[in-house]
Amino acid sequence: MLAAKVIQEQGIHVEGINFYTGFCVEGHTHAIRRKDRARPKRNNALWVAEQLGIRLHIVDVIEEYKQVLTDPKHGYGANLNPCLDCKIFMVRKAYEWIREHGFDFIITGEVIGQRPKSQRADTLPVVAKESGAGDLLLRPLCAKNLPPTRPEREGWVDREKLYDFSGRTRKPQMALAARFGIRDYAQPAGGCCFLTDPQYSRKLADLWQARGTRAYELDDILLLKVGRHIRPAPHFKLIVGREEGENNFLEGYRKRFLHLRTRSHPGPLVLVDGTPGEADIELAARIAARYSQGRTAPEVEVEVVPREGEPRRLRVPPLPPHELPESWVI
Amino acid sequence: MNAHDLDARHLLCPLPVIRTQDAVKNLAPGAILRVHCTDPGAIHDIPAWCRIHGHEVLDIQQEGRDIRITLRVGSD
Repeated sequence: MLAAKVIQEQGIHVEGINFYTGFCVEGHTHAIRRKDRARPKRNNALWVAEQLGIRLHIVDVIEEYKQVLTDPKHGYGANLNPCLDCKIFMVRKAYEWIREHGFDFIITGEVIGQRPKSQRADTLPVVAKESGAGDLLLRPLCAKNLPPTRPEREGWVDREKLYDFSGRTRKPQMALAARFGIRDYAQPAGGCCFLTDPQYSRKLADLWQARGTRAYELDDILLLKVGRHIRPAPHFKLIVGREEGENNFLEGYRKRFLHLRTRSHPGPLVLVDGTPGEADIELAARIAARYSQGRTAPEVEVEVVPREGEPRRLRVPPLPPHELPESWVI
Repeated sequence: MNAHDLDARHLLCPLPVIRTQDAVKNLAPGAILRVHCTDPGAIHDIPAWCRIHGHEVLDIQQEGRDIRITLRVGSD
């Protein structure tokens, strides 16, 4: 937002590009869980564009992003976050976009030293080089700490009106925002990508391990955001809705999975992923019962609906909490 | 003028916005597009996208989980 504003202040026409990978935290999450429904339902990129009075182009990169995530040349961060490869990929896509649409250069809000992997003094040049953007990539917030780019050398942009921010502190950015009269902005420090979340990364690693391949589809990564994921054995996993919003979301997937529902008591919708045997299905029913309102009842009736064939009902005792080891919960 | 329909049901934001953006690219100024969706985020995001790009939201209807947003494509 600030980088765009700095360039706009020089009388330059700016448009925004927002890449959708499928791992963005905002968007999906507010639509699923009931408890999140009170949160403002704004897409931050659209909101920022509107505040700045610029156009925003949202680009679906779900398919192309798979290669970035499954085989990152520069490796992962603390979790399954391929931040440097991700940045290179997005700048490369932006470079393709500006050439197709007749724009002159790219700006990003990067600041030297701001992020431990993708925004270091030694990695910023890597992004410019490997993306192909080269010196058409301008970072207005830290440009004075970097060699002049082509937009500066050619006089398209006045370098003297750019900034020399560095390091993890965001105080200079906040002061600049105040100078521009910007009082409301998106949470500045990361947190916008599920891949930086340890729990999410664990679920993704589990999915890859169970399948024996790093391949994934959009639905796979959306389902990792929802429900309790419980893997009693390598060959099957349960996805247990935690509340009404999640149950509604999982409803949309029920025909693709064997699924269970408690019938004698209100309870969650449970999807079963994998190849469970008969004993596994009974265990799954006991787990479904354990998360239902019949958890203290001697028996709970559970409907088992296979992907093909007729539903049937089981009467099972709910699984006591001590029989559900923590190691099953992904 | 006949309205065009876009089915963006069961897609989560920002996909309904992306599908709307893609559909509008192929429509002439003044065309009417009805977007059918189920993500409540679309009620905020599609109008915001329309304001940014100069399209006019004519109507928003919600019945249960089904949402229908009708817009007129702008001139640019």
